[in-house]
Amino acid sequence: MGVPVVADPMLTVPMLQVRGVATFYGAIQALHGVDLDVGKGEIVTLIGANGAGKSTLLMTVCGNPRARAGSIVLDGQDITQLPTHEIVRRGVAQVPEGRRIFPRMSVFENLQMGATLGDPAHFQHDLERVFTMFPRLAERREQRGGTLSGGEQQMLAIGRALMSRPRLLLLDEPSLGLAPLIVRQIFEAIGRIAREEGVTIFLVEQNAFHALRLADRGYVLANGRVRLSGSGRELLANAEVRAAYLEGGHA
Amino acid sequence: MRDPRLPNMPGTSMLKDAALTALVAAALGIFIVGFRTVDVGSRTGLAFDYHFADLGVAIVVIFLGRLGLSLAAMGLRWPAIALGVAMIAAGASPMKLPSGFLHWFVALGGVLLVIRAVWPWADQAIHAAARTPTGRVVDKIGTEWVGRGLGWVLLGLAVVMPFTPFADQKTMDLGVLILTYVMLGWGLNIVVGLAGLLDLGYVAFYAVGAYAYALLSTQHGLGFWAVLPLAGMFAATFGILLGFPVLRLRGDYLAIVTLGFGEIIRLVIINWYDFTNGPAGIGSIPGPTLFGAVFAETAPAGGQTVSEMLGIPFHGIHRLIFLYYIILLLALVTNIFTQRMRRLPVGRAWEALREDETACKALGINPTNTKLTAFAVGAMFAGFAGSFFAAKQRFISPESFTFIESAIILSIVVLGGMGSQIGVVLAAVLLIGLPEWFRELGNYRMLAFGLAMVLIMVYRPRGLIGHREPSIRLHPVASGGSG
Repeated sequence: MGVPVVADPMLTVPMLQVRGVATFYGAIQALHGVDLDVGKGEIVTLIGANGAGKSTLLMTVCGNPRARAGSIVLDGQDITQLPTHEIVRRGVAQVPEGRRIFPRMSVFENLQMGATLGDPAHFQHDLERVFTMFPRLAERREQRGGTLSGGEQQMLAIGRALMSRPRLLLLDEPSLGLAPLIVRQIFEAIGRIAREEGVTIFLVEQNAFHALRLADRGYVLANGRVRLSGSGRELLANAEVRAAYLEGGHA
Repeated sequence: MRDPRLPNMPGTSMLKDAALTALVAAALGIFIVGFRTVDVGSRTGLAFDYHFADLGVAIVVIFLGRLGLSLAAMGLRWPAIALGVAMIAAGASPMKLPSGFLHWFVALGGVLLVIRAVWPWADQAIHAAARTPTGRVVDKIGTEWVGRGLGWVLLGLAVVMPFTPFADQKTMDLGVLILTYVMLGWGLNIVVGLAGLLDLGYVAFYAVGAYAYALLSTQHGLGFWAVLPLAGMFAATFGILLGFPVLRLRGDYLAIVTLGFGEIIRLVIINWYDFTNGPAGIGSIPGPTLFGAVFAETAPAGGQTVSEMLGIPFHGIHRLIFLYYIILLLALVTNIFTQRMRRLPVGRAWEALREDETACKALGINPTNTKLTAFAVGAMFAGFAGSFFAAKQRFISPESFTFIESAIILSIVVLGGMGSQIGVVLAAVLLIGLPEWFRELGNYRMLAFGLAMVLIMVYRPRGLIGHREPSIRLHPVASGGSG
């Protein structure tokens, strides 16, 4: 049958440890005791159907909403009960679902906002880094964020998150609503961020094919519980994953 | 030759449409224009004064106007123009109408109709002209002029205004009034325009500033310049006190709570009789001094008047000119402070918060603190303006701090284009200045005010100056580029 739920066999140094996390929206329970690990330098993806609780888990890591049970440990520090801005201060950056760039502010100002917590001395260097990674943003640096195309907005959201020099980057469905070619570019960029910058990446995706191909390890979430886990390659080959998330055409 | 894309409407339905419009106008107008009550003395009290001729003329004008608009919309320009010209002629003719205003009303209707009929041609001509190389340059100069030059021009006008021949008592009074609202508009712009927090109780901080000066000066003998910073601090403190519990609310909920707060402050002022003198207000508040000298005909014991100090004969307008420059200075300080803040991280955070609070949290911004600073800074400027108001009026009472004041200040910010500094100036001139200048219109004044508001919201839904200037320009704008 499927791959058994394994306890992170190739985990080196833990970066993020999620243990028995339960999250509620009012009386409705969205997560039922989720265990998950992300090791330093890894790309870990979380896939699942609509409403499985993927985004909820990512948001819970950010402290909004807060977990009602269980613990979230970042680099050995319990962050379960911290407010979002305190969690972000500890080196977590988030690319939220739907990108959420600041539409009336220019590309440059959006990136400035990303550097809110950063050291001003790094600003120019970090800006160049983002512009090298996404030359399109350099071309449009004075354009208002809201007038960018969907792909450019996604690049901006990722660039903005990188401006704070995060140790852990959380991405929520970066491929949402983008053309296949752009999706490929975005995933390439994510791979580069992990390999070249050494940023640990936790990626929530519906586009299981791309996500699993990129990731070192993956988790499958269904109805608020971790259903499967394994290396990206294993999950791609898994019959259950294929049937549920990959058949019916992928990008 | 008709454009086939335009709507085709047979003549009968056009007449029907115009008649229906006239009927609606009649139904509404009968109460507003048709009759009004007049006081006929103590015996019978009120009586009706009928104005059916006014109403009749208005209905005829509306009927013809609607007909003309339908004609113009169908592309039948010449009939529409003819109708408009006829109305202008009727308005200008010595025809006997109950009031002079109706002549204007008829003629103005005709002018609007002609403009509407000619508009497509003018529009075409403008577009054609904009495509020529000269047109492009003019267009570019136009936008840049509004962006930068206009502010300096207005500032220059404001500075020299007291020395022009127009500077009589009435104009100076109006100038001080407009500048007070410009300052309040700029202050509220920080809260509403930049931080995106809808504050309907802004006048509360204005009241705090005014009462701070009134009480400290009349009871403790402190001067205007000593109290000014204190008033700002008091108001900012109140801003934080209010902000702390309510800033977790958003949008409409925040608006309601701030509205309530504004009323609470007013009610406390009315009812805390021992402290604030209640509804009777506080009188004989000293005016601001110039290096210790007072603006008065005779100096108090041991003091000096400004005319003695400068060796010029006394004139009542000197005080007004002095007040004018104080409020101009205070308003400029507000503006410059805001412009500086926009370039600092906290100012950027305000704007980002307005755009997307969730994204802000994800970037490590503490939304509560950021909102609190916006609230406190906005309140501080209202406090400055309030103590100026008390020093100018020399008498304050709770009646000066009603909800309508908050509403006017908010209208100035919204009408100006949220977050636009120059827009606030234009809107303040429009909203405060025009109603004063048009006092001759009498009862129609508020009608004109409403019409202006509706027109602005229809044609400029984002406010007079709706676009946002980036806080930083990275490259100097290339001059004479290919466009």
